[in-house]
Amino acid sequence: MKHIQGLGLALASLTLTGGAMAADLRLDGFPDYDSQLEAILGGFPEHNVDMLMNEHGGHHDKLKTNLATGSGAGDVVLIDRNFVGSFVNQGGFVDLTDEFAPYSDNFAPYAVTQGQGSDGNQYAVPVDLGPGVVYYRRDYMEDMGYDLDEVMTDWDSYLDYGRALKEDGILLIGNANAVATAYWNFNVEPGNGLYFDSEGEPLVTSDRFKRAFELAKTVRDEGMDGNISEWTEEWYAGFREGRFATQMSGAWLLGHLQNWMAPETSGNWGVSNLPDNTYGTWGGSFLAIPRQSEQPEAAWDLIEYMISEDIQLAGFQNIAAFPAHTATYDNPMFNEPIDFLRGQRARVLFADIAENVTPVEPHEGDQIAESLIGTALEQVLNDGMDIDTALANAERQIKRRVR
Amino acid sequence: MTTTEMTDPTTAQENAQRDKSDRQRTFWHKTTPYWFMSPYIIIFGTFGIFPVLFMIYLSFHTWNPVAGLGTMEYVGLENYVLSLTDPTLWQTLWNTFLMALYSGVPQHLVALPLAYLLVQLGKRARHWLTTAYFLPYVTSTIAISMIFFVMFSKESGIINQALMGLANGSLTGWAFGWLNDVMPLGWVQENSLIRYSVSFVVFWKYVGFNIVIYTAGLATISDELYEAAIIDGANSWQRFTRIALPLLRPFIFFAVTLTIIGNMNLFDEPYVLTRGLQQASTNGMTISNYLYRVAWEWLDMGSAAAISWILFMVIGLFTGLYFWFFGRRGLGGE
Repeated sequence: MKHIQGLGLALASLTLTGGAMAADLRLDGFPDYDSQLEAILGGFPEHNVDMLMNEHGGHHDKLKTNLATGSGAGDVVLIDRNFVGSFVNQGGFVDLTDEFAPYSDNFAPYAVTQGQGSDGNQYAVPVDLGPGVVYYRRDYMEDMGYDLDEVMTDWDSYLDYGRALKEDGILLIGNANAVATAYWNFNVEPGNGLYFDSEGEPLVTSDRFKRAFELAKTVRDEGMDGNISEWTEEWYAGFREGRFATQMSGAWLLGHLQNWMAPETSGNWGVSNLPDNTYGTWGGSFLAIPRQSEQPEAAWDLIEYMISEDIQLAGFQNIAAFPAHTATYDNPMFNEPIDFLRGQRARVLFADIAENVTPVEPHEGDQIAESLIGTALEQVLNDGMDIDTALANAERQIKRRVR
Repeated sequence: MTTTEMTDPTTAQENAQRDKSDRQRTFWHKTTPYWFMSPYIIIFGTFGIFPVLFMIYLSFHTWNPVAGLGTMEYVGLENYVLSLTDPTLWQTLWNTFLMALYSGVPQHLVALPLAYLLVQLGKRARHWLTTAYFLPYVTSTIAISMIFFVMFSKESGIINQALMGLANGSLTGWAFGWLNDVMPLGWVQENSLIRYSVSFVVFWKYVGFNIVIYTAGLATISDELYEAAIIDGANSWQRFTRIALPLLRPFIFFAVTLTIIGNMNLFDEPYVLTRGLQQASTNGMTISNYLYRVAWEWLDMGSAAAISWILFMVIGLFTGLYFWFFGRRGLGGE
């Protein structure tokens, strides 16, 4: 009897100290990460990992509820870039600064910054990136006698190309608001955030937003876009039928285009930097450990595994998640030509972008600013509201709402 | 332990025990109904009463849910002041009111005569048709809204396709030719159209529900009244307006009250049709959508709680006014 009790105590203390004991972990995330995990978990025998996958929006809603009530979140959670800003400053996640320190130099600097709170601590660790690019139809450019450099010199040359396309009945882009979004996202002044300066003052009436709105308005007013909502059946059909000549997006759009959106257009596409040779980011995901997790050490083991070089490469192969680990970019795989893009070695371009994007500090009001700016853009493009008025309205509302 | 008591009982102890078991019996006897009701009471308390009380508390605090429960901060009436001076709140309230009107009024104007016709048709046809009209009501709102979203689509949507067909048809072209100038219509993309599109979906979904209420109501009206009216020479229209409508008043009152409350709480249809408030949201966003955005996108639970209380009061006001004007007559009294 005594022996058994002693053994139990020893076991209990072993479990408490963590040590080499296998823990039961759960990772909460969204697809396609389930495919990635299924493929890689065989190489991670230290702990038993379970996963809970919900679609993108549902996953983040659930996470908010879990954080609010302090219970129910997984030991490791996947967070989309859009939500990181509003999450990292709220104290719901374990500070991973010390754990991540040995690795941080190997990760795209801008993404490392995005995972930091305003106190400079690392609360979320980048796991995949979304280098911002523009996909374009090579055949249209050839037919019209334009070359890429000529089109992408700056935003005005891009619009000129759109005007020429219009003569031939081809749209420059599906929806003008992608032009505006790209412009304000990719031209952030050094030291500023996306929507707020370092003092927390909104920047939405600045020249960057005015110019972004003007560009989109030009595209819309001159009939260069189809006013087709992104991620709808009509948008997919537009790609299939070749109605649009360009699309701004994250590098990840390639996977969607070649797998299901427009596989039959293979070989007609190319990818480039944004006009004016801009480096920018569009999307990306992070991993974090909620403070409510009872086994943060074991949870970190899992994150450490998922951000290791091999697994980052595996993620690229399995689900086209662009690695956040920059050492992977030397892998021969990055030099492989991509058939869909007519043999272009596009991954080299993606890697170049990932390493050169300037860090932009997230702000807790980013979500509020994003939806209010979205409404302002809609009012300008669809309802003919004056740009200055719309931006001033947005600024006033942002100031009220961000407390 | 109990063996000593059993082998050596005293009268006092026995009495005490009998008293105790009596009291227990009456206790169980008296409380039995409540035990049977307790599952409901517990569930209602947890999901009905507690959230309401918590919301009152919440509306006087700022709270970012992501930061955890410990971060609530008392701010007095700030949330109410902020919300009541928020132009978006008034805009969304106006949107809600208009969509409630556009979808609500036709619902009853169509349901009343249709129910009257159905009742005339006889039992068999009535049952089948009522079921058919009721079908949208029992179908998932999200599914319906998504299908309408596809139908409303600009280039390939069946609605625009049909309108184009009318505009270019050889027989209909003279009447619909002007449509060519405005095509393609962005039913769910344009702020000028979104309210009508949402209202139509709401109308389509709930008209069957009202038909069922009204057919049930018409069934309570005795045939003798109609027969007497026929003998007096009343035509079909007169029988509808002079007999059916007045006697249906309590039913109309009930159905309209439900419509007011339901329509002011409108959420799903506009949410799906504006693609999660991504397009045409200036005119398409209802106050329920807005409070969702404030709570779950902007993570400002305090303001959202205040907005829902404001919405509660608006609904209370509308229903109150409706009762005030029509209540007594509506319920059948004078």
